[in-house]
Amino acid sequence: MKRILFIEDEAAIHKTFTDVLAREDYEIISALDGEIGLRLAKEKKPDLILLDLILPKMDGFEVLKALKADEETKRIPVIVLTNLEQMEDIQKAIDLGARTYLVKSNYDLKEVVDMMKKAIEE
Amino acid sequence: MTFGEFLRKLSIAEECRRYNTSLWQCPQFLFTVMGLLIILSVVFSFILGNRYIRDPEITLLFILSLTGVLFAMAFIITRSFEQLAEANRLKTEFIGIVSHQLRSPLTNLKWGLDFLMTETTQHTQQEEGYFHILKDNVNRMHEMVNDLLTVSRAEQGTLPFQEKEFDFAELVEQMLAEFQSAIQASNIQVKVEGERVPKLYNDPSLVRHILGNLVDNAIRYAWRDHEPIPNGDRKAQIVIAYRGAGDRLRVEVRDNGVGIPRQDQKYIFQKFFRSTNAVRRQTEGSGLGLFIVKSLLEKAGGEIGFASEENKGSTFWFTLPFKK
Repeated sequence: MKRILFIEDEAAIHKTFTDVLAREDYEIISALDGEIGLRLAKEKKPDLILLDLILPKMDGFEVLKALKADEETKRIPVIVLTNLEQMEDIQKAIDLGARTYLVKSNYDLKEVVDMMKKAIEE
Repeated sequence: MTFGEFLRKLSIAEECRRYNTSLWQCPQFLFTVMGLLIILSVVFSFILGNRYIRDPEITLLFILSLTGVLFAMAFIITRSFEQLAEANRLKTEFIGIVSHQLRSPLTNLKWGLDFLMTETTQHTQQEEGYFHILKDNVNRMHEMVNDLLTVSRAEQGTLPFQEKEFDFAELVEQMLAEFQSAIQASNIQVKVEGERVPKLYNDPSLVRHILGNLVDNAIRYAWRDHEPIPNGDRKAQIVIAYRGAGDRLRVEVRDNGVGIPRQDQKYIFQKFFRSTNAVRRQTEGSGLGLFIVKSLLEKAGGEIGFASEENKGSTFWFTLPFKK
């Protein structure tokens, strides 16, 4: 069973993705802030991380930096899923090692799920 | 305040850019102009006083009074403009923040609806109908929030801009493919009259937005309000024409639709303005489209104009430098 970690402060998004992926062979782990997200990434070693950028306690950039600096987590693909769309944010996340940068409001649910599956398969 | 910040405060150009106002509404520029006027007035009144007033004390009193009055006037005018400029800046910032914050709940709504529409089964026809109404309205709200964000960025001078070389003919083709269903649903014939032109070096997403908006308007207003969209051979017509004009590309979007009433024409590039045609026809829109197009063209180094006659149609044109 593949494991996906959502680091996202919107509970509604956790619920939607948990329900969408419930019928498939995925385990969803939820973290509502950056600190918990980073801890869970180290403990659970997920196959994919979906990371929001505006988060309580520790923002997404810091989480991404810490994930990529740690030997245990640096190979986990990270998809940034956010509503920030300024070029400097996109560039910063890619420079820090994000695999993909998605602006939430530009995608349908199915498109995001398909990209998640593709990232895990690769 | 550090010394660097103090020096930056003295820079008129930088402060005026921060307020994003024209030079004659910029408080720092006005303050400098007023200061120069006061100095000139004092020198002039000194010369006059020296020549026509015998008593030097009266001359001094005259100069001091004049300086005091001018200084008070300068302070009131500059302060008023500063308050206006600051209010305008805060408003733009507020729109940006609110629009950004609105995006999160809208995305939750959109994805929740996606889930209900695609992942759950056995909906009645009535439920399906309501799902589609909800989805359409979420999309509309999403577009409006995006428009507000673009306006806010245009006013703050922070519109993203990523230059690269691209083929305009390809962009037209891709854009028409995206509009295909709307074009068919509105029974419109689209003709492209393009000359061979050099590649553009600009931001393709901005150019796509500009052309897309003009074509979208042409589709919306293709048919006059008293006639229903006919089926069959009778079609409205839109022409997209482009050619090189010196070192610039000139693009025209022509339609034979409703046109813009003469009394509305001078306002159509204003923010939130909706022509009487738009209101009467109850087409969706926030009145921001053409304002955004104009702002994007300014960013891309282009110009825009139009000619329109009510009930005969409109031609919108814009130019862009091949190399910005």
